[in-house]
Amino acid sequence: MDTVFLARLQFAFTIAFHYIFPPLSIGLGVILVMMEFLYIKTKNKMYERMTKFWVRIFALTFAIGVASGIVMEFEFGTNWATYSRYVGDVFGSALAAEGIFAFFLESGFLAILLFGWDKVKPGMHFFATIMVSLGSMMSAVWIVVANSWQQTPAGYHIVGEGLSARAEITDFWAMVFNPSSIDRLTHTISGGWLAGAFMVMSVSAYYLIKNRHTDIAKSSFKIGLGLAVFASIFQLMTGHSSASGVARNQPAKLAAFEAHYDSLAAGDLYLFGWVDENNKVVNYGVKIPGMLSLLVYCDTKTPLRGLNSFDPADLPPVNFAFQTYHLMVAIGFALIGLSLLGLFLLWRKKLFTANWYLKLMIFAVLLPQIANQIGWFSAEVGRQPWIVYGLLRTSDAVSKNVEANQILFSLILFGIIYLLLFILFIFLLDQKIKHGPDEEEHVVNESTARA
Amino acid sequence: MENLLNLNVVWFVLIGVLLTGYAILDGFDLGVGAVHLFNKSDEHRRITLNAIGPVWDGNEVWLVTGGGALFAAFPIVYASVFSGFYTAFMLLLFVLIFRAVAIEFRSKRESRLWRKTWDVLFSFSSILIALIMGIAIGNIIQGLPVDANHEIRISTLSLFNPYALLVGITTVALFMMHGSIYLVLKTEGELQQNLRGRVNNAVIFFVICYAATTMATLIYFPHMAQPFKDHPSLFLLGLLNMLAVANIPREIHHGRELRAFLSSAASIAALMGLFAVGLFPNFVISSTDPNYSLNIYNAASSQKTLQIMLWVAILGMPFVLSYTISIYWVFRGKVKLNNMSY
Ligand code: HDD
Ligand code: HEM
Ligand code: HEM
Repeated sequence: MDTVFLARLQFAFTIAFHYIFPPLSIGLGVILVMMEFLYIKTKNKMYERMTKFWVRIFALTFAIGVASGIVMEFEFGTNWATYSRYVGDVFGSALAAEGIFAFFLESGFLAILLFGWDKVKPGMHFFATIMVSLGSMMSAVWIVVANSWQQTPAGYHIVGEGLSARAEITDFWAMVFNPSSIDRLTHTISGGWLAGAFMVMSVSAYYLIKNRHTDIAKSSFKIGLGLAVFASIFQLMTGHSSASGVARNQPAKLAAFEAHYDSLAAGDLYLFGWVDENNKVVNYGVKIPGMLSLLVYCDTKTPLRGLNSFDPADLPPVNFAFQTYHLMVAIGFALIGLSLLGLFLLWRKKLFTANWYLKLMIFAVLLPQIANQIGWFSAEVGRQPWIVYGLLRTSDAVSKNVEANQILFSLILFGIIYLLLFILFIFLLDQKIKHGPDEEEHVVNESTARA
Repeated sequence: MENLLNLNVVWFVLIGVLLTGYAILDGFDLGVGAVHLFNKSDEHRRITLNAIGPVWDGNEVWLVTGGGALFAAFPIVYASVFSGFYTAFMLLLFVLIFRAVAIEFRSKRESRLWRKTWDVLFSFSSILIALIMGIAIGNIIQGLPVDANHEIRISTLSLFNPYALLVGITTVALFMMHGSIYLVLKTEGELQQNLRGRVNNAVIFFVICYAATTMATLIYFPHMAQPFKDHPSLFLLGLLNMLAVANIPREIHHGRELRAFLSSAASIAALMGLFAVGLFPNFVISSTDPNYSLNIYNAASSQKTLQIMLWVAILGMPFVLSYTISIYWVFRGKVKLNNMSY
């Protein structure tokens, strides 16, 4: 096995693991702000217990997010040394800004959020909650900006040649607001809101079915539902905007998303299908003719640049990009459907008695998680074979002084450790959910104390 | 001597400041981990764990930010050193993960076996982190085989040479001392009495290691001492370090724990200063050919980026310092356990 393959596998594995947790933190963070706001406003103790319960879940996802994030911070240097030398001038600053503006904010106020209940006044505590939530979104800002720069580079020029070539910044704001930053940032953050909202609804649905903690469960469910309705629709809007950006800036990627081969034809939109890359056709597919052109150019007839017009060496794996992209979009519509259905049931006053819906919602927690993962997979695999789009190839970007067996070793270790961590996470999450919110006034007593 | 007022020098200093901030802050919580198993009862262990509970994550952010700043300001150092130390670095990442998880999970269940396991993991990972970082510093002092393309090729085993191990152990000792003092500051009653006794042992252990490291450095790596010969005023740094260390037992004896802690922080800062002065203007001295050494000029980002980053730092650091100070202020005083504690 070659180092490029192993390094890609390791990167994909470690970032995909990391990315289980940040969306939850981003989503739960916003929900905590809403819950604590209700507490501050109404002084109703129920909201306090509710907030404290969700703070514990938040703390759990946050902890693993942090532990797995540190790996990411250094993996660029260890595995992608050539790439790091190439992009350091441009996006190292985004990574440093992330530390200074986001992680410090988050970790500092997290201490107050978790341990400061009796140490500071309620208003100050609420402020800390807002800061943690803001910090979690800021962490997304800088890293997505950095990633967007490598999708659609801007504000730079290339200095030097061959091994010592590298991108240098010429215009900081053009780098930050590169063509895909805003679309992708809004899309990722709202993906996080969906993850949080569905998590809250899932746990609440479980309590409602079990008939436990019903007051808290009903109220949490409604908060989650409100966020879900908004975010699922917003997700469609930002996703659409991303797709038209991809059409403009990364035509090969868009063509791969829809397996569009022929440049003379208008673009069709597949609902699903299986791409036969050798024969360049889509099998078992159902499509809406001309729909892709309509979405991109507002006209069903305009031809769209197809995969055939690219050098085969510049194409990503088509079927993979196609499948991940389509599954994400399908889930997107499913989430809109589930959210609107919930709203409808709420309006008909049937929400908390419709057991079939509640059961569905227990499992629906997986949908945003899957969509978040494969959304990144489609965006990142669709960028191949470039690590920096159009400038640097993935195969040229690895560390030349690291050997395959070293990466294999670390990959196996990560595999084992992350598996353990994941089991632990599920186990503790399950325990916390089974334990539920504290009933009424809890006793501050050494032996019953739990984190 | 070249003109010292340029962005490259400023960034060398700023990264030094971030890493020193890291060593002082995470240093004490690593130290608390390193001495964790000396506390026998569950209650004492929980108290000491909660002494670092609200702050350890923020402390680690100094490392993350230091790494980010190194990537931005000196990408070549970031790329070459991290890939050059690949396997050692991966080990460091694994222990960092284990430690974070151990802190979070230890008190989540009552079971004794559960808690014991995490206690051991917490303590060992804290020691290993300090050890690996010290070993890295030891290797940097010795110089590394940097080639003409800035690549470092070195076998992992040879990183664990005697001199580097010595620096590693010294780092562990330093953090044990620093962490024990912090604990004395944060505890009361019987636990505090136990800890007081241990601080003295830790100071002695550190002083012995430190003396050995200094001798070895002067004998084998005289280049680290060259700047001090050229600029005798730099000896003040060494003097400051010694005074700070000597002051610790005195302050502990008089029950002035905060001052003892500040003294130990000052000695860490002085040590980092000595290290930086010895290295300047290099980050990594090439043992293959001095011309290949990675220094603050040939490994740096463009002037434009250094300038932008300086703005980022100027805008960001006041916030960072104000949160850090307020968090320590909110959580000042002795540790009390409650139902949200670890
Ligand atoms: C700022 C940079 C950055 C960010 C925020 C992300 N990635 Fe990425 N990703 C890279 C920078 C990168 C990279 C270093 O540029 C890689 C390594 C190899 C490659 O081609 O690009 C990469 C590869 C890569 C691959 C392998 C693709 C392949 O080799 O075919 C996957 C599956 C992902 N990433 C997934 C993700 C996920 C799930 C992310 C969400 C958290 C994510 N990436 C965020
Ligand atoms: C390769 C890219 C990435 C790197 C280098 C990275 C780095 C890190 C680091 C070092 C931490 C720990 C910070 C601490 O100690 O407090 C962290 C946590 C976090 N990261 Fe990432 N990260 C990456 C990708 C992402 C992405 C794509 C997002 C969101 C869209 C994200 C969002 C977060 C959040 C919200 C946290 C706080 C912990 C949590 O909520 O789980 N990260 N990350
Ligand atoms: C509703 C229909 C949706 C559409 C039309 C859509 C569209 C897109 C497009 C075009 C991209 C690629 C952007 C690029 O490569 O630059 C993308 C990426 C992504 N999508 Fe979606 N998406 C939808 C739903 C969802 C949902 C429901 C989620 C998660 C809850 C999600 C999460 C993501 C993520 C995390 C990425 C990677 C980050 C990025 O590139 O923005 N998407 N989406």
